[in-house]
Amino acid sequence: MLDQLQKLGATALGVAERLGRGHLFLWHVLGGFPALLPRFGLVINQLFSVGVLSLLIIAVSGLFVGMVLALQGYNTLVDFGATESLGVMVALSLVRELGPVVGGLLFAGRAGSALTAEIGLMKATEQLSAMEMMAVDPLHRVVAPRFMAGILAMPLLAAIFSALGVIGGYFVAVGLLGVDEGAFWSQMQAKVDLYEDILNGVIKSIVFGFVVTWIAVFEGYDAVPTSEGVSRATTNTVVHGSLAVLGLDFILTALMFG
Amino acid sequence: MTNPDTKTERYESASEPVDEPLVQIRDLVYCRGERTIFDGMDINIARGKLTAIMGPSGTGKTTLLRLIGGQLRPDAGTVHVDGQSVPELGYRSLYELRKRMGMLFQNGALLTDLNVFDNVAFPLREHTQLNETMIRDLVLMKLHAVGLRGARDLMPSELSGGMARRVALARAIALDPMMIMYDEPFTGQDPISMGVLVSLLRTLTDALGLTSVVVSHDVQESLSIADYVYVISAGKVVEHGSPDDLRQSQSSWVQQFIQGKRDGPVPFHFPATDYADDLFGGGN
Repeated sequence: MLDQLQKLGATALGVAERLGRGHLFLWHVLGGFPALLPRFGLVINQLFSVGVLSLLIIAVSGLFVGMVLALQGYNTLVDFGATESLGVMVALSLVRELGPVVGGLLFAGRAGSALTAEIGLMKATEQLSAMEMMAVDPLHRVVAPRFMAGILAMPLLAAIFSALGVIGGYFVAVGLLGVDEGAFWSQMQAKVDLYEDILNGVIKSIVFGFVVTWIAVFEGYDAVPTSEGVSRATTNTVVHGSLAVLGLDFILTALMFG
Repeated sequence: MTNPDTKTERYESASEPVDEPLVQIRDLVYCRGERTIFDGMDINIARGKLTAIMGPSGTGKTTLLRLIGGQLRPDAGTVHVDGQSVPELGYRSLYELRKRMGMLFQNGALLTDLNVFDNVAFPLREHTQLNETMIRDLVLMKLHAVGLRGARDLMPSELSGGMARRVALARAIALDPMMIMYDEPFTGQDPISMGVLVSLLRTLTDALGLTSVVVSHDVQESLSIADYVYVISAGKVVEHGSPDDLRQSQSSWVQQFIQGKRDGPVPFHFPATDYADDLFGGGN
């Protein structure tokens, strides 16, 4: 019994210590942001690997999610004779929820894992130590540009996800199911609010981008510098990042629409 | 010369290197978990000289370099570099000091997303306002010094181990530092690469007036170029002196180490129960 309590206490202390380290890490990285402004090329380079290289999976997923939403929504709405509202349903589902959330989950899987693996391997091959010894702070030179790129890329990826979802929904609703095109677009235009719906979705995606990228870069920087350590850190990024997205989504939804 | 069986003598003794050493380490204690890596160690690195720090694997030679470079903090004792107490330096002062220190890592630690040229140019671009023409000239001079001017466009993955270390060496001298620390520079090298590196270390030390600290367990190579040698083991300095002093050391431990004898004070067999008992004891 005492052993179990001891283990529980040790685990809790370990988690608290790691959380503290993660916040100090965040503080130090954010301190490097002002220095990035005159060297924005570093962020642009990372935007390519974090954002552009994630485009394919985001675009294809968004398209298919929109198509499925239209199919499922049509089956429900047709019973009430409200198929003209299909466009609104698809658009609201995407901009409020699925764009930021599914986008965030995909971002954690694609870009987050790549960030962790890259930084973890740089640590394992002593590249980060070499930078320190060259008087270059790796938190500012390596981590900060990736962090900023993640925060900037996530809302853009979520927006692309939602836009392609709407297009996918349009193809299925209008092209396949025969929903009136005018009603599809006009109802969407009338019911989707810029501030209430779109802006809240953008805020969600910024928060998810911040948290997922924070987890990804911290896991990489804090990884045990072995192949097993980097592998575990990469897994942690995907698992913790995804759980954080889902948990935060509930909190944000409750705050915004509750 | 010190007796390995007595407490390490202080730097003030007459047999020590030169006045005003660049690096002064006093009563250094450093523990990792339950294990004590250094237990009251004193070391001096003379300015403009090549000092070798040797010892068996796992004695903390690389850790010592990290303590000098401020990447680790000692549990007790002092580490002074050019008169500055490294563990007490703040963030900015430590980074300013590091601009005057170079370090060559065991595997080179080249930035894998940059080619050879950009790796050497990296510290210049980070710390100077020089224009690209000037940086190009400086990088080519540094690469020429290590014989790799022609490899400027290669990526790190296209280099052999020896070439990677030479590029890392060119990068380490890019800012013309006052000292360079070499972490196992000869490990895993073929004879030609080894010869090139040995010669480069000595030449660069003399030509640039550098203070060099070579951490290695490659005895013959280190003794052939060092001005002064420290041998460390079990957290203490067990011997120090010139290479000739070391070769004539009365310590059987040192003789075993520098001659690579299979058995001696460091036994071949890991401590175990009696062999016959183990074989015929039926596993009990």
